[in-house]
Amino acid sequence: MGGSSARRYRDGARAVAPLAVAVLGFGISFGLLARSAGMGWLAPIVMSATTFAGSAQFAAVSILGAGGTVAAAVAAAVLLNIRYGPIGVSVAPWLDGPAWWRFLRAQLVVDESWAVAAEGEGRFDPGILVGAGLLLYVSWVAGTAIGAFGGQALGDPKTLGLDAAFPALFLSLLLPQLRNRRTIVAAVLGGAIALALTPVAAAGVPIIAASAGCLIGLARK
Amino acid sequence: MTDAWIVVLAVGTATVAIKSLGPVLLGGRPLPSAVTGVVELLAPALLAALVVTQALASGQSISPDARLVGMAAAGIALWRKAPILVVIVVAAAATALTRSFV
Repeated sequence: MGGSSARRYRDGARAVAPLAVAVLGFGISFGLLARSAGMGWLAPIVMSATTFAGSAQFAAVSILGAGGTVAAAVAAAVLLNIRYGPIGVSVAPWLDGPAWWRFLRAQLVVDESWAVAAEGEGRFDPGILVGAGLLLYVSWVAGTAIGAFGGQALGDPKTLGLDAAFPALFLSLLLPQLRNRRTIVAAVLGGAIALALTPVAAAGVPIIAASAGCLIGLARK
Repeated sequence: MTDAWIVVLAVGTATVAIKSLGPVLLGGRPLPSAVTGVVELLAPALLAALVVTQALASGQSISPDARLVGMAAAGIALWRKAPILVVIVVAAAATALTRSFV
């Protein structure tokens, strides 16, 4: 059991290894942005270590840097992270053991670790989730630290096309999920809702609304 | 306490709470069957939303750019049954190349 779960951890880390470079690059960008927003070096590192959710952190720090209020920054970040509510419910059955151990592993859930752990039909591999989540966590926090101390090791990650790495991963993981009519309808709804709401709704809302695409699961099979 | 630290603590606490909710309260047991039908469609719905927003959106505007070339290259790599590592590298490389020319 122990040996096999160690192997799953390694498989999980391997599954997101190409993304770890991109996450490191965006971590550096986040550290730099936070520093230029006047947050110093410690606050951004603590934020990456506790929040561990890129889009929410970028949103909160951009708002602060632009002179926005604390309330606006917190609200934007929380809105962006609401999706981790339903995501947490989806992985819950696969995280067993004592409550503190479930709590710790829940912190390693980010879009990317969740996506590579998804085996389809609602099944998740907790070993893959943890292995992938740990590598992404280390990359994100290390990148933030490098950026917060003023390093520019990678330059702008966009120059290297690293922003395209994320949708490419999600597309790779989406296609095998499309096994039947229900999953295809859910995907089309999710994509269409997100696209339609992006220009009109606050950041975070389109993604939450898109996850409502899964409510067609309530319809008769 | 500075504004930055208040934001760090508030966002951190809220995110830890949101992430923990499902696994701590419902962990280790099968979900009620009514919920399972919905949850098994969460992955396709959310993955599709992440694909379109991260490939097409910049902030609140839909602004197609070099990422589209990267996604097209990723699509071809997927169609040729390339491993995910290759798909990701191809997408980043095609996007970077496009940006260097445009």
